[in-house]
Amino acid sequence: MKALSKEKISMLKRAAYVAFPHSLPILAGYGFLGLAYGICMSVNGLSPWYTFFMCWLVYGGSTQIVGVSLLTAAFDPLNAFIITFVLCARHIFYGISMLEKYKNLGLKKIYMIFGMVDETFAINYSAEPPKDVDRGWFMFFVTIFNQVYWVIGSTLGAVLGTLINFSTEGIEFVMTSMFVVIFMEQWKKDKSHLSAYLGLAISAVCLAVFGADNFIIPSMIGIFLSLTLSKKYLERKVGDENDL
Amino acid sequence: MTFNEKLITIGMIILATLIMRFLPFIIFPDNKPTPKFIQYMGKVLPGAVFSLLIIYSLKSVDILSGGHGLPELIAIVITELCHLWKKQMLISICAGTVSYMLLVQFVF
Repeated sequence: MKALSKEKISMLKRAAYVAFPHSLPILAGYGFLGLAYGICMSVNGLSPWYTFFMCWLVYGGSTQIVGVSLLTAAFDPLNAFIITFVLCARHIFYGISMLEKYKNLGLKKIYMIFGMVDETFAINYSAEPPKDVDRGWFMFFVTIFNQVYWVIGSTLGAVLGTLINFSTEGIEFVMTSMFVVIFMEQWKKDKSHLSAYLGLAISAVCLAVFGADNFIIPSMIGIFLSLTLSKKYLERKVGDENDL
Repeated sequence: MTFNEKLITIGMIILATLIMRFLPFIIFPDNKPTPKFIQYMGKVLPGAVFSLLIIYSLKSVDILSGGHGLPELIAIVITELCHLWKKQMLISICAGTVSYMLLVQFVF
């Protein structure tokens, strides 16, 4: 491997330095969610090694939490596949939204696609690092910082298990808060709010109709169809500019 | 479940996750122009997706019992007001989270 030049090292440092504050809400959120998840794994008799490796290789909050019940139930690999498949369906939308931003980023892109969980997508899509920062490496560092928080939080929870006394009820709201703020930032940029309204209305109706465990797929279908139908309107409203 | 059965189960979880995450990037690779319709979707989806994420993070709120969703509503309003006022992401997120924790621990 080529030795890294001084310029490259200082560029990487700068990207990491700028990315770190963006990842701080996730440090709080994943730290505590991870603790809770790790404890849950241990309480169900799964060794901390499972927690550690699943945090690196699966890396997905909701998937891993459902995974606890998959691993403690009767052996049914097809069921495990289908449940995970459905849970991860929303990543298709993240991928489509990030096609442009993740273009031509070289090998690190493979890791960044793997590590694009809800929160990482939200930050990487919406963040606007200063012009002198390499956006690709900025997004890379956001991705890896977030995963490291998840690994550390979960593994700590798994190792310490029930020794931890929780007085942190409600800390998980940090995720909702973050999504609300990112939603507001996106709202300012959008010239038409139709997409945001459609998203809120369709998801809320689907949640009421299909319930908490089954509403994601119907919501996605509804959002996709409604945005397809409003293509003419949205394109006219926003013009042909890039910042639709 | 035996050790091997656990490994297979985890393998299936990893496989399904990888497929969903990589699919869009495999269908629409860097070296080919992305179809116009998908480009359009890439631009308009995020607005709706952030809405979906907010609802998703609130999905276990029971409006028929407990706090009836009031602590969530109050904390969201606090987050929004704080963000309109200070325009500092971290401060808004902190204010919302801390007020929610105080609400669920001491009020509701």
